[in-house]
Amino acid sequence: MAKMMYREAIRNTIFQEMQRDERVVVLGEDVAGGMGTAGGPEAIGGIWSTSTGFYDAFGPNRVIDTPISESAIMGAAGGLALAGKRPVAEIMFADFIGVCMDQLWNQIAKFRYMFGGKSVCPAVIRMPVGAGYNAAAQHSQMISQFVTGMPGIKVVMPTTPEDACGLLRQAIRDDDPVVFLEHKFLYAMSGEVNDDPDFCIPFGHARLARAGQDVTIVASGMMVRYAETAADDLAQDGIGCDVIDLRTTSPLDEEAILDSVEVTGRLVVVDEAPPRCSLATDISALVAQKAFASLKAPIEMVTPPHTPVPFARELESAYLPSPAKVAAAVRKTLEYR
Amino acid sequence: MQLNREALTRAYRQMKLIREFEERLHEEIQTGEIAGFTHLYSGQEAVAVGVCEHLTERDKIVSTHRGHGHCLAKGCDLEGMMKEIWGSQEGLCNGKGGSMHIADIDKGMMGANGIVGAGAPIAVGAAISNKIDGPDENGKLAVSIAFSGDGACNQGTTFEAMNLAVVTKAPAIFVFENNHYSEHTGVDYAVGTANDIASRAEAFGMKVWRADGTDFFAVYDTFREVLEYVRTPGNGPAAVEFDTERFFGHFEGDPQRYRGDGELDRLRAERDCLKIFRASVTGAKLLEDVDLDTIDTESLKAIENAVQASRAAPRPQPENVLDNVYISY
Repeated sequence: MAKMMYREAIRNTIFQEMQRDERVVVLGEDVAGGMGTAGGPEAIGGIWSTSTGFYDAFGPNRVIDTPISESAIMGAAGGLALAGKRPVAEIMFADFIGVCMDQLWNQIAKFRYMFGGKSVCPAVIRMPVGAGYNAAAQHSQMISQFVTGMPGIKVVMPTTPEDACGLLRQAIRDDDPVVFLEHKFLYAMSGEVNDDPDFCIPFGHARLARAGQDVTIVASGMMVRYAETAADDLAQDGIGCDVIDLRTTSPLDEEAILDSVEVTGRLVVVDEAPPRCSLATDISALVAQKAFASLKAPIEMVTPPHTPVPFARELESAYLPSPAKVAAAVRKTLEYR
Repeated sequence: MQLNREALTRAYRQMKLIREFEERLHEEIQTGEIAGFTHLYSGQEAVAVGVCEHLTERDKIVSTHRGHGHCLAKGCDLEGMMKEIWGSQEGLCNGKGGSMHIADIDKGMMGANGIVGAGAPIAVGAAISNKIDGPDENGKLAVSIAFSGDGACNQGTTFEAMNLAVVTKAPAIFVFENNHYSEHTGVDYAVGTANDIASRAEAFGMKVWRADGTDFFAVYDTFREVLEYVRTPGNGPAAVEFDTERFFGHFEGDPQRYRGDGELDRLRAERDCLKIFRASVTGAKLLEDVDLDTIDTESLKAIENAVQASRAAPRPQPENVLDNVYISY
C-alpha cells in the first residue's frame, strides 16, 4: 500500500499501463502542455497534473498533445481504438462533451453494435466533472445522466484514490469503451492505494462505504464523501446508514442497492446532476419497481435544483447537495409514518 | 496510363459492380422490400475505385452515408453487403447496421457513417495509429483515408480533423468528392469556396491535388502521387478533391426537384465514368468492347445472385437485438 492523492493515483496508473502495454497512448489538450512555446513540452504536464512526465517518458507519438478540438480528440480516440491502440483521451472539462457528443454517442458507443460485433473499441475517455470551484455553468457540471444512458458505453465514477487506481486500470484493460468521470474536488484527497501493478477493480460491483441498518444512501463520486460525512454525523444520534458507492453507473450493481433496501426499507439517493432523468431518478425507479414491498417511506432524492450551475459562492452552495442536506433527507425518511 | 490488361480489367469490373449494385438497389427499393434509408453512389465509381485500387489491407478508410462504393472498392464482400442491406442475420453486420453502417474492420473498412462529417476525426485517429506503428520494410507508412462529400466539407469536425492531422503529421488523406449537391442544396450556395474545397485543406497547411472524378485514369494517377507523398514519413496529411457527379437523389425516394431540365440525362450521357473509361481503353486499344461486355454480363449475374441469396437469407431473431452492445457487461 502507498498513500497518495486521487490525481496521483490516476497519473501513476496511466503511467504504469503505458509502460506495460505500448498500445496505450494518451491524447488531449495540454496533456504535455507548453508545446510550441518557450517553455517547451512538459511546461504544464496536464492541467490536472494527471499526465506529468508522460511526454518526457514516452515522447510525442504516444503523448499526443492536441489543439483545442474536442470532436477531433474524441473521434481520434475512436479511430485509434478501432485501429488497435488503447487510447486514454482527456476532455479537459466534462462540460465540453457538448462539443463532441456525436463522436462519443453516435460513433464510439455504437461501433460494435452497428458493425455486428466485428469491431473492438477499447477507448477510455477521462472527463473531470463537478462543481465546488465557483467555475459557473460551463465548467462545473455533472454529466453522468447523459453517458449512463448511452448503450455501448461503460461509466466509472471513482470516489477514493484506491478506486481511481483499480477502476482506471480496469478501464484501460477493458475491451469496451469507458467514460471515466473524475471529480475535480477529489483530485487533492489522499488515501491508501494498493500498489500491485495488476490491481484492478471489476466493473458493476458497488463498494459499501458505511454500514448501517436504518437507511440506505446511494451515491457516486464526490456525493459519496457527502454521504459518508452525513452517515458519520447521524451515527452520533444512533442512526445507522448503509452508504453504497456505486463505483460504476453502467453497469449498475442493482443487487447491492436492492439487498440494502430490503433491510433498511428507506432510500436516499444523492446525485450531483439536476433532478430530471438522472441517476437519482433511475435508481429511485429501480427500487420502486423491484423493492416496492420493502419500502417503509417515500424515496428521497438529494440533488441540485433544475437550474444551471450558478457562479456566486452563496448560490453554488445553495445549488449543491451537502452533508447537511443528505442528513436532513435521511431524517425525513425516518420521520415518515 | 500505365496499367496492364489485368489491372484495367479489374478496375472496370470494380466500377461496374458498384454501378450495377446501386442500379439494382434503386429498383429493389421501389418494391418496398428493403427497409430504411439508402443513398446511392452511382456516378462516383471512378473515385472509390481509382483510390482504393492503390491500397492494401493495412490502409484504412472511413466512409460516408453514401458508402456502398467505398465498401466494395475496399474489398467488402458483395453478397455480405447485399444481405446487410436486406437486413439479414447473414449480412456483414448481422442486420444491425444496414446501408449506412457497413464495415469490415479486417479489410480496413472502418465504417460507412450516418452522420455527415463524422468520419474525418476517426480516420485521423487511425492515421495517428499508422504513424505510431511506423514505416514498413520499404520505409512507407500505411495511410488512413477520410472520404467526405461537399456536404461534409462544411462540418466543423472536418476542419478539426484536418488541423489535428497537420499538427500531428498523421498520414491521413482527405478525399473530397464534390458531387455538387449537399443533400438537396447546391455547392454554389452551401460551400463558401464554391467548387474549390481543396483550397480549404490548403489553408490548413496541407498539400492538395485536384482532378476530374469522372475520369478513372485522372483519379488513379493523381492518387498515386498523393499516396507517394503521404506514405513518406514526416510529410503528414494531404487532400485531394475530385469533381464528380451523383446520378440519383440524395436518398432513394428523393424527388430531385432541384435538378435542371435534362440534367440527369446529360450527366449520364457526358459524365458517366464507365462510358468515359470504355471510350478511353477501347480507343487506345488496351481492351476490346467484347472484353468489357463480358464483364458487364458477369457483373449483372453477380448482383442477381447476391439479390437472390439475400432474399433467401435467414432473418435475425428478436433476441438478437441484445447481441454485441458490449464485449462484456
